[in-house]
Order: sequence, then C-alpha cells, then structure tokens
Amino acid sequence: MKFLSEYRDQKAAEQLAQAIRKRVTRPWTIMEICGGQTHTIVKSGLEDLLPREITLVHGPGCPVCVTPIELIDKAVAIAARPEVIFCSFGDMLRVPGSSKSLFDVKAEGADVRIVYSPLDALKLAKTNPGRQVVFFAVGFETTAPANAMAAWQADHDHVENFSLLISHVLVPPAMEALLSSENCVVQGFLAAGHVCTVMGYEEYVPIAARYNVPIVVTGFEPMDLLEGILMTVTQLEEGRHEVENQYSRAVRREGNRPAQERIAEVFEIIPRQWRGLGEIPASGFQLRGRFKKHDANLRFPSSGEPARESPECIAGLILQGIKKPHDCPAFAVKCTPENPLGAPMVSSEGACAAYYHYGRRQTHDVHIELPSPASR
Amino acid sequence: MCLAVPGRIVEITDGGDIAFRIGKVDFGGVRKEINLAYTPEAEVGKYVLVHVGFAISVIDEAEAQRVFQYLAELGALKEELGEIPQ
Repeated sequence: MKFLSEYRDQKAAEQLAQAIRKRVTRPWTIMEICGGQTHTIVKSGLEDLLPREITLVHGPGCPVCVTPIELIDKAVAIAARPEVIFCSFGDMLRVPGSSKSLFDVKAEGADVRIVYSPLDALKLAKTNPGRQVVFFAVGFETTAPANAMAAWQADHDHVENFSLLISHVLVPPAMEALLSSENCVVQGFLAAGHVCTVMGYEEYVPIAARYNVPIVVTGFEPMDLLEGILMTVTQLEEGRHEVENQYSRAVRREGNRPAQERIAEVFEIIPRQWRGLGEIPASGFQLRGRFKKHDANLRFPSSGEPARESPECIAGLILQGIKKPHDCPAFAVKCTPENPLGAPMVSSEGACAAYYHYGRRQTHDVHIELPSPASR
Repeated sequence: MCLAVPGRIVEITDGGDIAFRIGKVDFGGVRKEINLAYTPEAEVGKYVLVHVGFAISVIDEAEAQRVFQYLAELGALKEELGEIPQ
C-alpha cells in the first residue's frame, strides 16, 4: 500500500459512482472547498460519472487566487529591491498584479527564486547574510505550521535578514461568508482534507448546525472525492446535517495538536481581504509579538501605487461558486495560463486553470428540466 | 498549494529541540529530508503525509483500508441479491 495510486482505481470509482446514482432522488448542489479537489474532479472527469442531479461547484480554496492584488503589488515592489532575494512557491509567480507579476520583475533582473519549503528560504537567509531574504507566506491552515516554524526558527537562530510577507487565510470564516450570502446555492460541502489534517474538524460542527448543511471532510484522490460525495448525498437525502470524516487515514477529529500549538504561538487571528470576496472578519493570520520583527510588510514601506483589478475578470463570482470558468467571455480567449487576467487561471489550484488544462469548456446545466422526484 | 504527498520514513535524526527533528522520507524512490516536528509519534517504516517539507500527519493504515472493505461488502451484498458485481 502506497496510500496514493490505490485510490485512483477505475473499477472502484465506478462502484462508488453507482452507489451515488442509487442514493440520489433529486438535485443537489455540493461545493468542494479546496482547489486541489477541483483539479482531481476535472482532471479525472468525475462529473461525467455522477448522475445529472448532482452539481459540483468549485470553492474559494485556492490561496493564490484569494491573495489580494495589493499584496501582489507589494511583493513585486519588495522583489524589485536590489538587496532582496524574494522567495515564493512557484504558483505565485505568474499571478498578475496591477501592472506586473513576480515573473515580470524577475525577467527585469530581480532576484526571485522558487522554493519548495519556507525552510529553504530560511536556509538562503543564513547563507546570504548580506541580503534581505523575503518569503511570500501564502496559504491556508495546511501551510500555516510550516510558515510558523520558519518564523519560529528564524527567531530562535537570530536570522535577522529573514522576513515573511504573509497572506494567510482560514477556511471556516470563508464558508460562513459564502453561506450567509443571499446568492448562496451550496447545499453541502466537501471540506478540505489537508486543512482538517492540521486543524481537525470540530470547528465545522457549529457551521453545519447553524446553516443546515452537511460537511464531509474529504481527501484528494478520485475515490476520496466520490466517497465524500456519496456521504454528502446520503446525508442530504436523509435530511441530516452533520460533520463526517471521509479522509480518516489522515485526519483526526482534534487535528494535529503540536502544529496548532506552534501556530498559536507564532500567529494571531486578524480580518483579511480576500481577492474577489472582500474583507472577512477573523479570517486570517498575522505574526504576533516577538515574531513581528520578521514581518516583511512592516520591514519594507509601501510603494503607495493604487491597486487596479482587471475589469474583465470574474474571479470573485467563480470563487463563490456562482459562475463556472466557461461562463466568462474572456475564458481561453483573452485569458489563458500564459496571459492570465486573474489568479484562478494561473494557480495549480485555480478552477479556470483546471478547466483550461483538462478541456472542460462547457457543461450541461443540471438544474434545467429535471423531472420532480414525484413524477419519476 | 494544500497538496500533500504520502511518503515512508527511512531514517530519523533528532536535532535537540523537537522543532529541528528531521527524517529522511522516501517518495516512491525519491528521498527528501522532511521536518518531523509536528509528528512526534512518527517512526521509521511509517507513512507520513508531507506538505512543503513538513510531515503533518502519520497515515492510519487501518483507516486507509476502510473504503476497500466497504466496496468489498458492497460487492458481496450484490452477489447475495443476485446482481452481477461490476
């Protein structure tokens, strides 16, 4: 058992899809939170296995997509400074800022480097004491333990030339923001498995109860997603609204306690701007106390250039599950991964990139002309 | 960005403070040094779920079998009911 390829078995996936078809009696709209899940769904063609009654809408769980344009502009400005080595996960490089991306500024000569881990950036700071090393700490709860550790080790080892430009966001407040919007079409959620690996799933219990939505913690392989959908549909059909855990090989109810303790030591919770969604209260992290000296946002003064979003990009509607990528007139025409108008076309977790790469240019609208359960 | 990959621990080096606990983890032949600070229960031979250089969970091998048992039961049930399992 490798705990990976076994969950891609086509026969087993077909069996799960059949179980879903048996369980469904009427239309349901389910949102998968995480962009990684969106990519599995689109890449594996899971929507084609599902009965017409089930609509999957893609959620805001793409940290690259929700990082505000002001922060991309700030990253570009910091990266352009001659004393700076700017480190980032590869996904962020092509994301368009108001006038430039990190990739553009790298092409102009800035020292922008792609790293695998924030600890790689910390290592660079230790080996380049004469330079300022800045890590673009973007992510959801999954990535918070790693970034917290980088800040903690920098403080512990007195690495003064290391700082983090933080854009850390949290899933539960975004779910609540979606659910309390009057446009909300979501009836059940597949919660993001790796976010819950870190945080556990107790914090979803009051959300499921308050909004009457089933929430199923779900993994990332095709069989995980189909089983998560089966569990959600079963709850919906039975009129239940509970939190269940499909991804039990990785997720415990209480999550990862040592990681949570490190996060609480290093970060405090603050309101955050979400690109496309606006400000959400208590929805992100910022460095606290003695770790603030490693905050790049405080270390480097702002350029003051006002941010400017592309007027054509409908990323906000896509991130809320209100529109699908192919509903956008610019999709695959004016907006491509090479020349993106918005972040969802760039990121490996962006819904637009998934639709573009895996060829899902159109889909049927399952809510139209479905017979009512009574007439079948 | 929340991508995490399972790998098998082949070696553990304790670095004093738990924050510096490092393991060599095998990902289908590729070996990488991974921080094990958040999985104090991790042992050599176990599978851990790794995200940006950190193990965030030890895989529960019994739970990992659960869906296959469910499908086996589903298949057995179908045979009992006279349907051909697919």
